[in-house]
Amino acid sequence: MATNVYMEALSPTMEEGRVVKWHKKDGDPVKTGETLAEIETDKAVMDLVARADGVLRQVAAPEGQTIPVGSVVAVIAAPGEAAGETPTSAAQTKPSGSGKRDTGNVATAPAPVAVATPPAVAPADATRVKASPLARRMAKEAGVDLKLVTGSGPGGRVVKKDVERAPNQAAPAAAAAPAAPLSPVSRVPLPERTGTAYEDVPLTQIRKTIAKRLVTSLGPIPHFFLTTEVDMERAAEAREALNKQLGDQGEGKVSFNDLIIKATALALAKHRACNAWFQDDHIRYWNEVHIGMAVAVEDGLITPVIRHADRKSLTEIGREARELADKARNRRLQPNEYTGATFSVSNLGMFDIDQFTAVINPPEAGIIAIGSIVQKAVVVDGHLAPGRRMRITMSCDHRVIDGATGAAFLRTLKQMLENPLAMLL
Amino acid sequence: MASQFAVIILGGGPAGYVGAIRAAQLGMSTALVEKDKLGGVCVNIGCIPTKALLHSAYIASLLGHAKEFGVEPGTVKTDYGVAMQRSRKVSDQNSKGVEFLMKKNKVTVVKGAGVLQPGRKVKVGGDVYEAKKAVLIATGSRVKGLPQIGLEINKTTVISSDEALFLEKAPASMAIIGAGAVGMEFANIFHAFGTKVTLIEALPRILPLEDAEASDTLTKSYRKRGIEVIAGAKVKKGTPRKDKVSIEVEAGGAAQTLEVATVLMAAGRAVNTENIGLAECGVQVNERGFIKVDQNLQTTAPGYYSIGDVAGPPMLAHKGMREGVYVTELLAGKKPHPIRYDNVPSVTYCHPEVASIGLTEDQCKERKLEYVPGRFPFSASGRGRGTGETEGFVKILREKKYGEILGAHIVGTPASELIHELAVARENEYTVEEIELAIHAHPTMSEAVAQAALDSLGRVIDM
Repeated sequence: MATNVYMEALSPTMEEGRVVKWHKKDGDPVKTGETLAEIETDKAVMDLVARADGVLRQVAAPEGQTIPVGSVVAVIAAPGEAAGETPTSAAQTKPSGSGKRDTGNVATAPAPVAVATPPAVAPADATRVKASPLARRMAKEAGVDLKLVTGSGPGGRVVKKDVERAPNQAAPAAAAAPAAPLSPVSRVPLPERTGTAYEDVPLTQIRKTIAKRLVTSLGPIPHFFLTTEVDMERAAEAREALNKQLGDQGEGKVSFNDLIIKATALALAKHRACNAWFQDDHIRYWNEVHIGMAVAVEDGLITPVIRHADRKSLTEIGREARELADKARNRRLQPNEYTGATFSVSNLGMFDIDQFTAVINPPEAGIIAIGSIVQKAVVVDGHLAPGRRMRITMSCDHRVIDGATGAAFLRTLKQMLENPLAMLL
Repeated sequence: MASQFAVIILGGGPAGYVGAIRAAQLGMSTALVEKDKLGGVCVNIGCIPTKALLHSAYIASLLGHAKEFGVEPGTVKTDYGVAMQRSRKVSDQNSKGVEFLMKKNKVTVVKGAGVLQPGRKVKVGGDVYEAKKAVLIATGSRVKGLPQIGLEINKTTVISSDEALFLEKAPASMAIIGAGAVGMEFANIFHAFGTKVTLIEALPRILPLEDAEASDTLTKSYRKRGIEVIAGAKVKKGTPRKDKVSIEVEAGGAAQTLEVATVLMAAGRAVNTENIGLAECGVQVNERGFIKVDQNLQTTAPGYYSIGDVAGPPMLAHKGMREGVYVTELLAGKKPHPIRYDNVPSVTYCHPEVASIGLTEDQCKERKLEYVPGRFPFSASGRGRGTGETEGFVKILREKKYGEILGAHIVGTPASELIHELAVARENEYTVEEIELAIHAHPTMSEAVAQAALDSLGRVIDM
């Protein structure tokens, strides 16, 4: 008799799973307990194992496809048996007899024996987490979200040791406080650059979970903010020197804003994880850098785009910025001139604003807010001295950018502005 | 050709017979090999008959105080022989009960001494039985004497619990060496039947594995009723004579010689690993003599498992029973709930009873755990006053930050029954607050558990 292979609830909160890799092919003999495929759950990559002996048939879910829990992904036919009347569609769910949802028997780990009955499925009410009172208290204290913890107790119950081991799983819950340890290394694994303008990376299950959760916590886009103070002394000196030379040549002068746009574009080229769009079921990591520049207009605000800003010279950026700002104020911008930015810069320095937070321009994942350059007393080598400082605040879409990722980008930007020669590298 | 079974269990004690029943329930053909009576030490010469004798002792002590309750029983006479006969009946009933359970579950009982053979085989007499899945070694343990100081068990003047359980009358005087559960219980029994009892413990306090507060309470209680308690004592030499034994004891720097009618050896047990073919099958024992097992209780020889006393401490019937269930479920392909060896309750059935689970206060200190003890004495319990059972207390050790129940210790008449509320709580990771939130009936001794939980939170009501 043929046995259906179902997408199993491999974690207590799993609602769907993505087939990462099939270990067995159509026609391969399989034994109970053998790994059929690797499945990415909302937590981790887990093994889907055979529940019967036989031959694998009708693999209905190709690698990469996301399948709801309880759907048939393949069939195990008895040796020599044609798959016959067994289901073929990946969308087909369990027959009602075995598909009964049983919240009392959630996602038990597969038994190491020949059990013909399909395993338990995810609880009907995924918001209810089974956890011991002690685990609940510990999780509450530690700020660990129990929904993200895999339970090892009876019936998938979260117990003390699960919470103790949870810090990694709990990272998304720390969203509101991006005080995560700063790592200079981007944690986002990106595909190799291709010749195209961008790479579409499907949302991983954990990214989806983070996205869903954060959206419900803080408006449609879950913002968080990173602020840093930049020493603008050398940037000011460089600008003076450049403008002196440009003045001699009769060209337009370089503004601080131009410097900031250029530095931002170069920093983004180094931190591709911040140069991205959130696209519902995937994240688009841009290989090109197009900087949106917030311009105040009479009845609002518009962000014309300086394309390929990382590849343009300061004078090119300066000229384009002036032209676009003029067009914006005269309402003569064409749609292609104000769409397609991969990241934005908002500068209120000229309004004497020390520091502010800007609102992200979707689908972009980040924006930086520039305050004014302020003369202030600073400590240099242990002595008070006059200095010029500017505050930058980055708003990040937490569905795309994590605390450490944003911080690493911001540090590069700060280094470039503090040492403008670095932009030549 | 050898008779085949899925599972063969060597030893019909608590671990073995419970394992056999579970194996049969799971559809495995099962044979149980036992050379003596079914039920093992527990049913025949351990837990069960001693509980019967302890109840006789308890009745005697109740009658001693009956007058103040308005009951005049006349002269109270005790007869150990009668109590012993009754305890034998209780044991026999229980052993027959196990036999009945074997029949009911279609477990084949093979009478005789089994010897393991390679290839998952067990030889009993001239017959060889073969296990298709596994052989479970559940041969248990026995009492041992101290031959090196002259106190070899001679079964007349130097006895073990094996003989004590069959005495026709209580001796005039008795020295009990070892104040663990066995020594404590027999001290209680024989004292109640008129024996002059001296209880000797080598470690600094009686019930050395229990919380120090429990030891203190029992020391006071025993001394008050006339049992001599000598702890931190070294027995230097024993000299058995025809109808008495003299033993030299050194405690606190002072040496003394005791002359007693009987010495009861209640210190230590030896595991039954001899002459059962362990080495021939590649089953190794560890440095302490227990059979070496992995986390699945499998021995060093694949297909041979070990459960109960012979598999390692704690040497308690209920620990062995759970191991029997665990291994057979594993063999049936189930995923049994892991055994939490830190959550096995320990009970001494002396009066007042001592029951505990988890860590003692000293262990909390050694591990540098932050804890808050919550206490409630039965002297503050309305029910305790009513029944005159005011000795003892409930103590709960609450982990400071999360309220985890690190340990619980109960001394009191119903301690053996009260401890399970805390066993359930710990197994399910309830904190002291879940204990307290459950409404406890008033007036009961169980209320003391809730009150101790409250006390650990600084909110005790009745004290």
